[in-house]
Amino acid sequence: MPDVRIVNVTKRFGRLVAVDNVSLEVKDKEYFALLGPSGCGKTTLLRLIAGLIQPDSGEIFIGDRLVNNVPPEDRDIGFVFQTFALFPHMNAWNNVIYGPRVKGFDMTKAETIGHEVLEMVRLHERLDALPSELSGGMMQRIAVARALAAGAKTLLLDEPLGQLDAKVRNELRYEIRRMSKDLSLTAVHVTHDQSEAMAICDRIAVMKKGRIIQVGTPAELYMNPQSIFVAHFIGESNFLEGYVADIRDKEVDIELRRGKHVSIVNGNVSAGQKVVLAVRPEMLAVEKGMKKRKNSVSGTIERVTFEGTNIRYEVRMENEDEIVIVKPSMIGEWLAVGEKTTVTFPVEKTHVFRYPDEGLKEAISVE
Amino acid sequence: MNQDEPTAAALRWEMDTKHSLRQRIAEALDRLSSKKKVNHGVYLAGVAVFFALILLPPILGILINWNLMQQVFVAPDLMSQALAAIQNSFIIALFVSAIDIVTAIPLAWLIARKRARWINILDTLSDIPFIVPTVALGYSLLLFWNGVEGISALFSGPLVSPGWVLIILLHFTFSYPVVVRVVVGALLDYKREYENAARTLGAPPLTAARTVTFPIIKTSLIAAFILAFSRSLSETGATQMVAGLFENGSLFILRIQNTYVGATVFASSVLIAVAVLIFVIVRFLGPKLKLPVDRTWPSFDRKLSYVTAERSRNSVTLVIFFAIVLLPSLFVALPAFESVVTPTLGQALSGTGIWTEYWQGLILSYVVATVATILNVVIGLPTAILVARRKFGKLPSGILDLLVNIPLVVPSVALGFSLRIFWKQTFTFIPDLLLLVFAHMAITYPYFVRSMSAAVERIGMDLEEASRTLGAKPLGTFRTIIVPLTKYSIFSGAILMFTRSVSETGATTAVATQLRTAPVVLVDWVPRLGVQKIPATPLEIGLGCGLLILLSFIILLALRIIVRGKGRY
Repeated sequence: MPDVRIVNVTKRFGRLVAVDNVSLEVKDKEYFALLGPSGCGKTTLLRLIAGLIQPDSGEIFIGDRLVNNVPPEDRDIGFVFQTFALFPHMNAWNNVIYGPRVKGFDMTKAETIGHEVLEMVRLHERLDALPSELSGGMMQRIAVARALAAGAKTLLLDEPLGQLDAKVRNELRYEIRRMSKDLSLTAVHVTHDQSEAMAICDRIAVMKKGRIIQVGTPAELYMNPQSIFVAHFIGESNFLEGYVADIRDKEVDIELRRGKHVSIVNGNVSAGQKVVLAVRPEMLAVEKGMKKRKNSVSGTIERVTFEGTNIRYEVRMENEDEIVIVKPSMIGEWLAVGEKTTVTFPVEKTHVFRYPDEGLKEAISVE
Repeated sequence: MNQDEPTAAALRWEMDTKHSLRQRIAEALDRLSSKKKVNHGVYLAGVAVFFALILLPPILGILINWNLMQQVFVAPDLMSQALAAIQNSFIIALFVSAIDIVTAIPLAWLIARKRARWINILDTLSDIPFIVPTVALGYSLLLFWNGVEGISALFSGPLVSPGWVLIILLHFTFSYPVVVRVVVGALLDYKREYENAARTLGAPPLTAARTVTFPIIKTSLIAAFILAFSRSLSETGATQMVAGLFENGSLFILRIQNTYVGATVFASSVLIAVAVLIFVIVRFLGPKLKLPVDRTWPSFDRKLSYVTAERSRNSVTLVIFFAIVLLPSLFVALPAFESVVTPTLGQALSGTGIWTEYWQGLILSYVVATVATILNVVIGLPTAILVARRKFGKLPSGILDLLVNIPLVVPSVALGFSLRIFWKQTFTFIPDLLLLVFAHMAITYPYFVRSMSAAVERIGMDLEEASRTLGAKPLGTFRTIIVPLTKYSIFSGAILMFTRSVSETGATTAVATQLRTAPVVLVDWVPRLGVQKIPATPLEIGLGCGLLILLSFIILLALRIIVRGKGRY
């Protein structure tokens, strides 16, 4: 059972707290992402799991084994480095069979494993080439093959696609997931790219400033962000400031700037509180003309951007708030710049958060 | 706008008047430098001076006296003496540098990898034998291993008598810090991610080091080997002090150079030829040499990797460093301090008796070192850039790089001797002082060009290109980009040359018999078997060594303070 458990782990570098009392459980055979902006501590956490650095406090378990004092070579892990770290003095083939060799397997066995993993990454040409002679995509495949050849049941990936071109990156991310699933591995994938994490991971832990903010499936994080930061970092959100005017049964009435009112369901807030509304651009309805409707605010289209699949409108609402709306480009009529419109807020898919003490800008900051 | 702030125009005006002359000269030179002929001319001049002053004279000196070698072929006795002596040189140099590499790696590893306050102290201590001029080191070792107050006090007689064992100890002591320094540098530059990758793939620390780290830093290990090898081959003064009746190539040349010119030509050419041959072989075949990476011994490596093994390895390393390198190096402090409380110090400071020649020698040492250093910086810069930037193509730069290193591996006595016979036969009236400067330039030149070209290589070509696209002329780029970014390397290269020059004895003795630098004077003070020289007491020699070390320390410290914090980006 190669699940990974992290219990109250803290790691400091001088005065910087890189990982701050983090607890986390990655299930057996799960493809798990550590997602966050750079400097959030996700790579540090991954290196702690690998044993490349030691925690200041807390416990790390791989399977049932407490591994705090186990050196990396005995943790039974495979690690794919952001820079690939292919040994520059060995050709691709020798890189791949390095693991089996240092583990003392005999040469025939090492070679069999080598061929198996290369079959898996679909790379059999250019095996005698040195890493410096390979393309980024090939280096990445060799790096994955090398990690797999070591025979570990836990695969740790540190921004494994970060150094590749967009096209190659998109192809390879599905391949890595497929291999991990085919081999029934437990994988922890570090990335700062939310679309990458959403596309391939079973569950995601969003990190910020050394802490885990929220853990959930991609859909959970997208549909029910529990903080302004997650609403902003996963996908895209509009943020509007307002006050809680009234609470009736399940509905909360929010007063926006200039006395505009919208109602939403749920939201853990109290009357009179300053709040932030978060709503995804594609959840908003927009129609031509100024119409009086429940939950609507009229506005003017200020910019229209054609993005291929979608069309994107930037609307200045009559209360001076700006809002972004995204609609499928092939359905319905397009609106034009300067047109008067009515924007309708979804009652159930608009989220409300207490206004953050540190300010809205700081709360969504990824720096 | 703030009233106190000068306008841009006013600032411009101020700059124009303040630096007008300097500015105008700089601009004129800048414009000149963008002319292709001038630009290439500067580089070619640098190379020409290198050939004319440094590389060719020693070679020509031997070639024009080639026929004198017949002397040796008719004197089988002399021939066998020469060959035996040369053989001793190479055996000792190879042995010492091999031991250096093996013992320096654990210390370098400790310094580069362990994080603790005492490591910084260890780091600084490991430089000490490097700063102590080799003759002072030689005397210090002689006292420690052979003198009655040294380690021998624990035994009934002298523990190590002058001879080959003491020579090996001496050469080990002065080359060890050089090797440690190079390996520490290589380990700090090395991307540790490779080692981490090996660990996650299942390699214990020792296997990871053996199969990944060492092969990757192999070129630095080879460079360290060549440095240690050439220092051992070249060292003369201190070797003379501790040799007893034992003779290596350098000592043989010193003994016969004024009586058998032919034999000296023979010995010099064999020493030079074999040294260059070994250098070329190590340099070109070394990188192809496969370390035993194809074999793995999992359980054996594992045993040697963990805590107890690591602790015992570190203890042995520290014992070697303190007992064999550091303590013997500093042992001369004992008589030096003792002399302070006796009348010796007064005599020394008043400059009477034997001290007259000591102070004269000291002044001569520093004058020669300063002049040689400054000249080498000037003539070495174009060559360094040429080597680093491959201005005239890959092959010519590669060849130049190789040639620049040759004076490094040539034993300094042989170099000094052939330099002298060349200049004396071509320009009869050449003053000895100039010859001395030439010899010191030839010996120290490679140290500067090597460190400087490595520094230039580290500056990305893109910075130079950016500067050019912003409108800087070639010289402007050099002034505003290369110099500020390599200032630290220029200084450290200069320090290397200076200390090496102050230490130098072999070439000094060979080139100018009348001009005696401080270390040469000190060598003469030490009583040796079969040599009757000026009698000096141990206290006097100790004080002489102590003063030399003290002055070297002060100069280095002053330079370090001057360059502190500058030029490190």
